[in-house]
Amino acid sequence: MRPLADIERRLGEIEAGAAGHGAAAAAAELLALGEEVLEHWVTGRGHEPTSETREGFRLLALHRQGCTGEPSFNACRETCRELVYHYNLVTADAQHDAAAQRLLMMTMVANHLFLFVAGKMQVAELGDFCCASRPLRQDAAPPESA
Amino acid sequence: MSTVKDKYQKVAYYPGCALEGTAHSYNRSTQQLGKALGLELVEVENWNCCGAMEVKNIDPKLQTYLSSRVMATAATEMKMDVVMAPCNGCYHNLKKAEYDLAHDPASAEVVDRLSKKAGHPTYQAGQVETIHALDWIKQGIGEEGLKKRLRNSLKGLKVANYYGCMYTRPRHIFPEKDQGPGSESTSKPHFMDDLLAAAGAENVEFPLKTACCGGAHTLSDSDTSTKLVLNILRAAEASGAEVIATECPTCHSGLEMHQVRAEKKFGQPTKVKIIYFTQLLGLALGLKPKQVGVHENISDSLGFLKEKGLA
Repeated sequence: MRPLADIERRLGEIEAGAAGHGAAAAAAELLALGEEVLEHWVTGRGHEPTSETREGFRLLALHRQGCTGEPSFNACRETCRELVYHYNLVTADAQHDAAAQRLLMMTMVANHLFLFVAGKMQVAELGDFCCASRPLRQDAAPPESA
Repeated sequence: MSTVKDKYQKVAYYPGCALEGTAHSYNRSTQQLGKALGLELVEVENWNCCGAMEVKNIDPKLQTYLSSRVMATAATEMKMDVVMAPCNGCYHNLKKAEYDLAHDPASAEVVDRLSKKAGHPTYQAGQVETIHALDWIKQGIGEEGLKKRLRNSLKGLKVANYYGCMYTRPRHIFPEKDQGPGSESTSKPHFMDDLLAAAGAENVEFPLKTACCGGAHTLSDSDTSTKLVLNILRAAEASGAEVIATECPTCHSGLEMHQVRAEKKFGQPTKVKIIYFTQLLGLALGLKPKQVGVHENISDSLGFLKEKGLA
């Protein structure tokens, strides 16, 4: 598992068109980078990253593992699914006229996953405030209304 | 028996605090759009804060009560069946309160106690239906109804639709979504896409339409928010979009502010315009830019709209 900074640097290289290999291989690398990002999250929470797959993808299994007991992690659920969708799109026809554009969009989706997870590893509450509907102080003493 | 379309012709309007503050243009354009479409909005009397993010995170049951009071007012004092909330935060909180009251007896007990203390009827789950502005237009008018009223087509306008996170998450508080054809999707929402396409816009393939923008951290951890927003802006541009259409005041102001900050702090300018979907639909119906508050947006799009023949 590479440091997050190395993953970020590699994402930048791929976005700049310096992947060093073809569209299908670059898509596979982006998917693997996404898995590595999620491994950081799972490991950081004291768990062993799963080697299982979900719907044929380890990335989705890792996301599911990462959000167990942590509903705010669902804020990147669709980002993970978009990454898988773009992987399928690129690899289904790597010679397609739109392959380069699809790969670019996949890179930006992978970058978003990186930014979200890296941000959340610095500020654990990222995503807690909003869509997870999870109170930040649920373990604190019961408030007045409870 | 009235249809959904009939029900949405006259709804209780819950603008929430953002639409009276940073999102005047969303408030203005929503009301003007309603008028232009013949849909009636009746503002909830003496409405209060929905509990937003702040109360919810400290005392979730108090947030449930605050949201329930808005629905109780609409149901019992105004005799309305539907509450329309254009803000994703308000919409989310009212839906969450509805869910909690139906499924959590402890929440119902607290709401009953606080309602009695405040001297108003206790809201009972199911008394009103809470909808978003997108539901209101999509179900109340529909694409065909919209097409009949068009004055200016949005043809040639390339749009990335950004829904943000609270419109679809968490899924369990939106039981009406993911119900097959005609319903909204929580994984790939499309109501805004449908409406803008009906108005002539060209929706681009945009993979970050529900991605996190770090909105709630905009003040406490601005750099994280700026980087997330910048990626959304750049992805929209890379997908060919000239405009990001929004349907939430928090998303909208976050995109606008961090667009400015990304340029100042990171030297990363982006040109994509950020415009509420209600503003775009209003322009398509022939309303003037000022009527829909284009001048009130931070993202200056007037010149661009003129170039497109929409202003």
